[in-house]
Amino acid sequence: MRYDSLLDSVGGTPLVGLPRLSPSPDVRLWAKLEDRNPTGSVKDRAALAMVDQAEKDGLLAPGATLLEPTSGNTGISLAMVAKQRGYRLVCVMPENTSAERTQLLHAWGAEVIYSPAAGGSNEAVRVAKGLAEENPDWVMLYQYGNEANARAHYETTGPELLRDLPTITHFVAGLGTTGTLMGAGRFLRGARPDIQVVAAEPRYGELVYGLRNLDEGFIPELYDETVLTSRFSVGPYDAVRRMRELMEVEGIFAGPSTGAILHAALGTARTAMKEGREADIAFIVCDGGWKYLSTGAYDGTLDSAEEALDGQLWA
Amino acid sequence: MPVEVRVPTILRSYTSGEKVVTAEGSSLAAVVADLDGRYPGIGERLVDESGLRRFVNVYLNDEDVRFLDGLETPVADDDSITILPAVAGGRR
Repeated sequence: MRYDSLLDSVGGTPLVGLPRLSPSPDVRLWAKLEDRNPTGSVKDRAALAMVDQAEKDGLLAPGATLLEPTSGNTGISLAMVAKQRGYRLVCVMPENTSAERTQLLHAWGAEVIYSPAAGGSNEAVRVAKGLAEENPDWVMLYQYGNEANARAHYETTGPELLRDLPTITHFVAGLGTTGTLMGAGRFLRGARPDIQVVAAEPRYGELVYGLRNLDEGFIPELYDETVLTSRFSVGPYDAVRRMRELMEVEGIFAGPSTGAILHAALGTARTAMKEGREADIAFIVCDGGWKYLSTGAYDGTLDSAEEALDGQLWA
Repeated sequence: MPVEVRVPTILRSYTSGEKVVTAEGSSLAAVVADLDGRYPGIGERLVDESGLRRFVNVYLNDEDVRFLDGLETPVADDDSITILPAVAGGRR
């Protein structure tokens, strides 16, 4: 397939059936391979949409500086878009992320400012908001509250899923900025009012929840719980177990966040089986496993992998 | 009907540092009331007059109770309850 530029090739990812992981011919699992995007993750969709919108709004002069709190994929996607469009990118990233993150961001020309590990992305958001105040000419796209993030999925991911799987009964994705679930979920609900929209939320080690008080909690501005039908918390043990199962049984090499999503998808499939209902369950493969090879997620026992991931932001 | 309740770091000042405590009750509201009896003060950190507090997430066997029946969610023997603060989480 031919495109005028790399950015034109964002989206349009394959949806593949999982004949061996599906529990029966009537309860089918489908994987949306978002790792096939230009930088290898679902975040290319949101990054491109947010930059397009900022340009439309006249916020970005040539050579402008973008600022974003991101511990990974969004930063990498934004760095790629910034490179194509001629912007500078500064990422604020928690220090407890994998080495590949920093290497990739630097390779794409982004600058990285670290935020303290304790508090995870909450801290990165706080530090980025401070930097935005100190540098009023920088533009923070702010993926957690930017409507263009969810709209990208309303306009692309959702319609692609419906086109490829008109009989879709369940949509399962990860809950982070909430953009994928809000956007694609809203679109699919509009077309299939009975659809179940299921969130898989990664459960991290204690360090990440190390708030000083509960009022410092964070809920993305994009989040609207009425879009969801259920929300599961998935720890690293189950995420790694499913991630390895996906590779072993279906040959798909994905990262741990996809493992968490698959865990929720399989739970959903089990429920459909019990109720004797037909189901077409589509879930998001957020990215490939490449960036996580150094984390220990693919080596050794599940217990050792769980331990290795405990202090990290693994999804 | 004992259930296991996982308590986040930020609320362990109430539980003498215990990560996992036991409580009883046939609904989440009853479990929270029982918890507050054992660890006075913890209840009002979890719920206010409108229900679960905004930045508090409670999971029954890993499912967010807001998508079950909230505080009225039935709780059975050997269920596991996890309390976590709402945070921005990981690698976005």
